[in-house]
Amino acid sequence: MFLPGLLIVVPLLAALLVFCIRSGGARNFITIIAAVATMALSVATAATYLGQPCFVSLPGELPSTVIMAVDIIVALAIFYYTMVKFKRCWIGLLELLQLAMILWFEHGAGHGIKVAADLAIDNFAVIMVLIAGIIGSLIAIFSNGYMEEFQKEHPEVEDRRPFFFFVIFLFLSAMFGLVLSNNLLFMYTFWEITSFSSFLLIGYTQTEEAINNSFKALWMNLLGGVAFAAAIVWLGVQYQTVELSALLKLGQGAKPVEMIVALLVFCGFTKAAMMPFSGWLLGAMVAPTPTSALLHSSTMVKAGVFLIIKLCPLLGVNHAGMMTMFVGGITFFFASCAAISQSDGKRVLAYSTISNLGLIVLCAGIGSYAAAWTAVMLVIFHAISKSLMFLSVGTAEQQLESRNIESFDGMFCALPNLARCMIIGICGMFLAPFGMLISKWAAMKSVADAGNPVLLLMLAFGSATTLFYWTKWLGKIAAYVPAEKSREPGIHGVQWLALKALSILTILACVAFPLLSQHGVTPYVSAIYNTTADVISRSNLLIMSVMAVLIVLLPLGFSAGQKQKMVVTNLAGENTGDNLSYRGVAGKTVQVSLRNWYLEDWFGEAKMQRYGFGLSLLCMILAFAMMGGGVFHV
Amino acid sequence: MCDMAVNIGNIVLGIAYLVLAPLIGGLLAGIDRKISARMQRRVGPPIMQPFYDVFKLWDKQPVAVNKAQRFYIRGFLLFAVLSGFFFFAHGDLLLVIFTLTIASVCFVIAAYASNSPYSQVGAERELAQTMAYEPMMLLVALGFYLHCGTFDAKEIVQSSAMNFIYMPGIFIGLCYILLIKFRKSPFDLSMSHEVHQELIQGALTEISGPTLAMIELAHWYENVLLLGFVYLFFTWSPVWSPVVGLAMCAFTYFSDIVVDNCCSRVKWEHMLSSAWVVTLVAGFANVAFLMYMR
Amino acid sequence: MSYITKSPWLVHYDGSSCNGCDIEVLACLTPLYDVERFGIVNTGNPKHADIFLVTGGVNTQNLPVVKQIYEQIPDPKVVIAVGTCACSGGVFHDCYNMLGGMDKAIPVDVYVPGCAARPESIIDGVVKGLAVLEEKQKAMAIPVKEKQALREKELEPGVAVNKSQEAGK
Repeated sequence: MFLPGLLIVVPLLAALLVFCIRSGGARNFITIIAAVATMALSVATAATYLGQPCFVSLPGELPSTVIMAVDIIVALAIFYYTMVKFKRCWIGLLELLQLAMILWFEHGAGHGIKVAADLAIDNFAVIMVLIAGIIGSLIAIFSNGYMEEFQKEHPEVEDRRPFFFFVIFLFLSAMFGLVLSNNLLFMYTFWEITSFSSFLLIGYTQTEEAINNSFKALWMNLLGGVAFAAAIVWLGVQYQTVELSALLKLGQGAKPVEMIVALLVFCGFTKAAMMPFSGWLLGAMVAPTPTSALLHSSTMVKAGVFLIIKLCPLLGVNHAGMMTMFVGGITFFFASCAAISQSDGKRVLAYSTISNLGLIVLCAGIGSYAAAWTAVMLVIFHAISKSLMFLSVGTAEQQLESRNIESFDGMFCALPNLARCMIIGICGMFLAPFGMLISKWAAMKSVADAGNPVLLLMLAFGSATTLFYWTKWLGKIAAYVPAEKSREPGIHGVQWLALKALSILTILACVAFPLLSQHGVTPYVSAIYNTTADVISRSNLLIMSVMAVLIVLLPLGFSAGQKQKMVVTNLAGENTGDNLSYRGVAGKTVQVSLRNWYLEDWFGEAKMQRYGFGLSLLCMILAFAMMGGGVFHV
Repeated sequence: MCDMAVNIGNIVLGIAYLVLAPLIGGLLAGIDRKISARMQRRVGPPIMQPFYDVFKLWDKQPVAVNKAQRFYIRGFLLFAVLSGFFFFAHGDLLLVIFTLTIASVCFVIAAYASNSPYSQVGAERELAQTMAYEPMMLLVALGFYLHCGTFDAKEIVQSSAMNFIYMPGIFIGLCYILLIKFRKSPFDLSMSHEVHQELIQGALTEISGPTLAMIELAHWYENVLLLGFVYLFFTWSPVWSPVVGLAMCAFTYFSDIVVDNCCSRVKWEHMLSSAWVVTLVAGFANVAFLMYMR
Repeated sequence: MSYITKSPWLVHYDGSSCNGCDIEVLACLTPLYDVERFGIVNTGNPKHADIFLVTGGVNTQNLPVVKQIYEQIPDPKVVIAVGTCACSGGVFHDCYNMLGGMDKAIPVDVYVPGCAARPESIIDGVVKGLAVLEEKQKAMAIPVKEKQALREKELEPGVAVNKSQEAGK
């Protein structure tokens, strides 16, 4: 049984079924079966290929023809939406440009190119498969319950759930194809499908804001697509190959492939919402939560960094590498600062995602063994924790009718289990001994070794600002405000399943960090760099695992100790007895209202955007100018 | 065999820290109060006063506003002790700093948990403090890594020359943020020790009795750990260098007491901006220099 | 050994006074009188305090506030009423909203008369209060069963406390 083929086909089949069969109950059933099947297939793929990387060549002309056909179908769909339905023709022109380049290439110069391996199944691809398979499936299951509530709460939104699930499964299928591809033409097609899926899902609610934001996402991603197409054409014409592995060999053999690499990296930037292309990710938050969780935090944006990480060995001290490093570092720092001034939960998560992706890109840009290891680790842990956070915030939004963090106080008492899931998610994002922190540790080491003081500063300051906004949020949830009744009954069983599974996964992945490193990531990085070393020493990793277990066991002693006498809090006047109000002047009762600090003067969004966009754009322009000068001079 | 001996030696040092740090920390706190009193031309409390305070607090009736506070403070104490233990026993600086971060997060969450206005403002200020000193703390560890090639405290104290000579900027930065970490004026915004008041007691407002004793204890452990960082700058391979290290620790602590008595509390904006400027100028210049040297 | 006498922290509250006694209380903290040498600290937070140092009298508005602050102070605690207003209402006794001295709201252990009470008297009162504190601490330490047995033998440990309350008046 050809597992990779099944991985692509099964979700595709599920997508078609879900679209054609309109009954809600049947759809739920199909979703769950498909999700479980996808999960099983991912695990099976991991079991088969982990530690045993291989290249697969697809025989005959059929695969390329199918890919070409899919390219044209997607392009036609995009033309329909941009030119016919919504009259944004210039975006359609971007797609036309891409399609023209690829078609010209396919029928012209690229026609005779022999492809040695269409698919590359190495450890990194397997890890991405696992991420998309397990997390993606859990989110699909979550969506069953969530979308039902969503449609109930938003009767003004047309119930297009069959379409929604169709796109979700289509996307999953494309994602699998993307991470397994070695043939850049294949990857390009799957890339386009993911961009298009994102566009469709962001516009789900069909409000004006949603439509505008979906087109913003589309043009930015298509811009990346143009760069991708240009890179393929250049590579094919100059070096007669369309394979990623061949590109890597060429680069490591000191051939001048820098510009091609830079174009591919640029494409990754747009998909991974690096500054100045971060606007689309923020705008994408209008989509229903499963979209944000699946596409815009754990999977699609990871495709962008996936490509950049794959190009790791070719980055480093050259222009492309410097551009990558600095754009990543700038994005990391400024996005993390901007998150401080946001109070909308999803916007904080969006900025946090952009920031962490920036960190991953920074590590990928450094291009050393340790940095590559770090980048992959960050991908894994960020995917797990961030999807958990998005699902939690989505669930909280439904129950509390607001996703503003200021309304999350009292969650600890009104929604205790959800609060616990959210706490695990937040801790998983920035606190030792969870995976993200260990990865940040390794990142610091790598940056120090790279010898770039500016980046080191950005990393240090960015870590501090990250701590601020996460702890602020954590504090808000932990605030003890007694609730009259629990609001949890409104949450569907499937939502709990996804939330709890992801929470357990966060903890397990952290405890099993040494194993993940030893069997998952290190073999991949060793193979590429022909060396092996412990980025973080075994003893330190062991200590972290023990601390993780400690943190998990600690809450068991929550009530242990002497019985405490409960008294009222100090308020600005006589406490009325319930800690929620006090008697102010003239005997008036005043409600206690507590609000976090947002430091808008310091970290306001507009200010951060100005600096971040400006600096990143400057880096990219300088890098391309220098490379361009070098290339065309020759 | 040699590894085993080293490991056992490490563990012994760690246990010594666990036992001795509260004593040293308490004595330091007592000396601090005595010197401050003398500077203000008063007699001041006996040096053992902090111990009396903690014992008294321990015997008080446990009073709380909710069940969660004590749990988070326990976490705070546990991780503060753990980070010090790591420093003296295992020695990886970044691990120590990260564990200390968990401890401060636990403390902030404890303050948030009570949902009282004074606690909340104290918590926000404590967070602002953490954001102010965190970059410099990381730069201290990274500075040592760049200079000595390792994060291991054991190896750093065995380096061939006094570390301070190559890292003066980082040391200045560390001294600046030590004022924040020791909770001394001008940076004692979030909670005030002993005689000072700020927003009632800031982050400590809703905490009482045995739980308060735990916080005091955690601060003693933390102070010893922080002085350990200072020690790293001034100790190197000669056998007599620990004397220099300890002397500089004492000198740093004494200077902090002097600054405490001379300065008044600043606003958080000033604290954040000045700490970051010091980090940028002193820390960055030093780090750039160290990277160039490599 | 009871550490509470070596480290008595106080919270000061002004009920309804002219602030004269408050200034005298603050004077105790100055280098001239320096109560910190006894370990006394003015914490201002009832949850951290052992001694509730009240000045001024009780009126209808501050009655629940005084009670609330008293409730928040963990055991063992003593209340020291400083100044004539705290003892009996003082010069404001006949005002329309005044209820009287502090003992109308909470049980007082030591009364320090004076208008305004001098720092020496205040310190003296605090020292007497420390003795009361020590007895309360001892009483707290006695396990519940023993207390019941003692009560049955009609030998309440609280008797000593009442005696010093009588003596202070």
